Amino acid sequence: MIATLETIRSTPSGTVARDIASLAGVSKNYNQVPALRGVNFAVHAGELVALVGPNGAGKTTAVKLLLGLMQPSAGRVRVFGGDPTHPQNRMRVGAMLQVGRVPETLRVREHVDLFSSYYLKPLPLAEVLAVAGLEKLADRKFGDLSGGQRQRVLFALAICGDPDLLFLDEPTVGLDVESRRMLWDEIRSMVERDKTVLLTTHYLEEADALADRVAVINRGEIIAGGTPAEIKAKTSGKRIRCITTLGLTRLRQIPGVVEVREDREAVEIHSGEAECVVRELLALDPSLSGLEISSAGLEEAFLALTNSSNAAPQELIRA
Amino acid sequence: MSATSTPLLTPLLQRLPGHTLTIYLKEAKYEFLKNLRLRVYTLSVLGFPLMFYVLFGLVLNARESIAGTTIPTYMIATYGTFGVMGASLFGTAAGLAADRRLGWLQVKRATPMPPFAYFAAKAVLSLIFSAIVVSSLMLLGFAFGGVRLPLANLAKLLGTLVAGSLPFSALGLAIGYFAGPNSAPPVINLIYLPMSFCSGLWVPYMFLPKMVRQIALVLPPYHLSQLALGAVGGGRHESAATHWEVLLALTLICLGVARIGFQRDQGKLYG
Repeated sequence: MIATLETIRSTPSGTVARDIASLAGVSKNYNQVPALRGVNFAVHAGELVALVGPNGAGKTTAVKLLLGLMQPSAGRVRVFGGDPTHPQNRMRVGAMLQVGRVPETLRVREHVDLFSSYYLKPLPLAEVLAVAGLEKLADRKFGDLSGGQRQRVLFALAICGDPDLLFLDEPTVGLDVESRRMLWDEIRSMVERDKTVLLTTHYLEEADALADRVAVINRGEIIAGGTPAEIKAKTSGKRIRCITTLGLTRLRQIPGVVEVREDREAVEIHSGEAECVVRELLALDPSLSGLEISSAGLEEAFLALTNSSNAAPQELIRA
Repeated sequence: MSATSTPLLTPLLQRLPGHTLTIYLKEAKYEFLKNLRLRVYTLSVLGFPLMFYVLFGLVLNARESIAGTTIPTYMIATYGTFGVMGASLFGTAAGLAADRRLGWLQVKRATPMPPFAYFAAKAVLSLIFSAIVVSSLMLLGFAFGGVRLPLANLAKLLGTLVAGSLPFSALGLAIGYFAGPNSAPPVINLIYLPMSFCSGLWVPYMFLPKMVRQIALVLPPYHLSQLALGAVGGGRHESAATHWEVLLALTLICLGVARIGFQRDQGKLYG
């Protein structure tokens, strides 16, 4: 896996100089509990990278380290080639974090006005409101906004300083489909403005829809990386679903089968060589019915990747 | 990775002093607006001292006096101290505790905001609300309690009490760094209410039980109220320097504690 990562980090013409933000051998522990373990990860100029993983994988920790909100236990964090806490770097960075409470009695316009004042060359208020789709809400108090509208205000606060590098930590969590798509359009417009974006999400669909590059993180380690298409290709490729009298043990013995699981009355088989497996299945069970073959989505690729990395420690215990 | 980390694209990104001042002003302006619109804050911070003053200073004891100072005048100083404490403690501790634990302070820290602007805004808020409480008490006393004081004394009383907001803002910051978002208001009340009683802010000092009077001598609100009483010719006529020293010591200790909390936060994650 590490070899794969190295290739991704240095392709196609990746040099250190292109790294806008990077974690080099970074570990972070909270009271001896590791949140990140020896992570190497970089964001290059002009790209939109998605850091994808389940809850508790270390995504937010990675973002907070890159924002200089905490110190790594080991390793080196660099933003624009320097210390992320440096005020000059903070001028060029915008962040949308998960936040439990935002002052509710201030109006949208007032929140943006205050945050804009921190930066040297903020975007004009009207432009910020337009990009974040908040024109009609400018005079509303934050406390009177819906969940989707609140996320758009946080997005507006992240972009109001016209930053070169944007961190979006789970920007669409808990939003309905429409609000999510609106925010996606806003995020895409940032890439069109030549911004560099690091997005964390546990929605694979989101990474697939937005990202140039995906890094999958689980249990504090980056376990895969590549374009969304490459990540999909990393799993065995096809999913075979059918109703059969064959037992799970027998199915697992068929050459080319990677994983078998029961799904209601049917079984689901993952395989890299679907054709051979299907041929064998039909030969073994003439009564087989309900056959479906589909290619594994990013979601399945993700599950397969995180499951295999979750299984690893157990194998160690057994050995 | 090469060892030399040449900073990429570094145009000079320095603020001019005027710009920094603008940030401080905006931070204070919005901190004020935020709390002004927060009924919990305005009602409790203004409501309680004014209500108590009307009841105990104007309705019940208006004709009495203590050592030559009429009760309506005396109680502007004591309920003024009470009001200043409330405005300052609630103005700093409650907001800071919630901002810290619920992530808002991290959002602000991720921006190029000068960190001190955040704290200064809370202190300014406390100063403004302290001035509002004390002026309101004076107006009530003038209109309904027959309070007539030379302008110089009024100015000294207002100035003393408003300056007295700073030590309690410092105490509020210290509490805000070590209390949770839900526990901050009860913690403030646990400090604020008993201290107010024991310092003679509700019941004049000389009417307190002897033991409480001894405790009062080490309580900061006692010292602020004596300074305020001194401005209107009342109180126990102790040395003003001692009172200021106690308040200064409180400020320095609390700022030290708050600083420990601030530094602890730099390496820690909440929520």
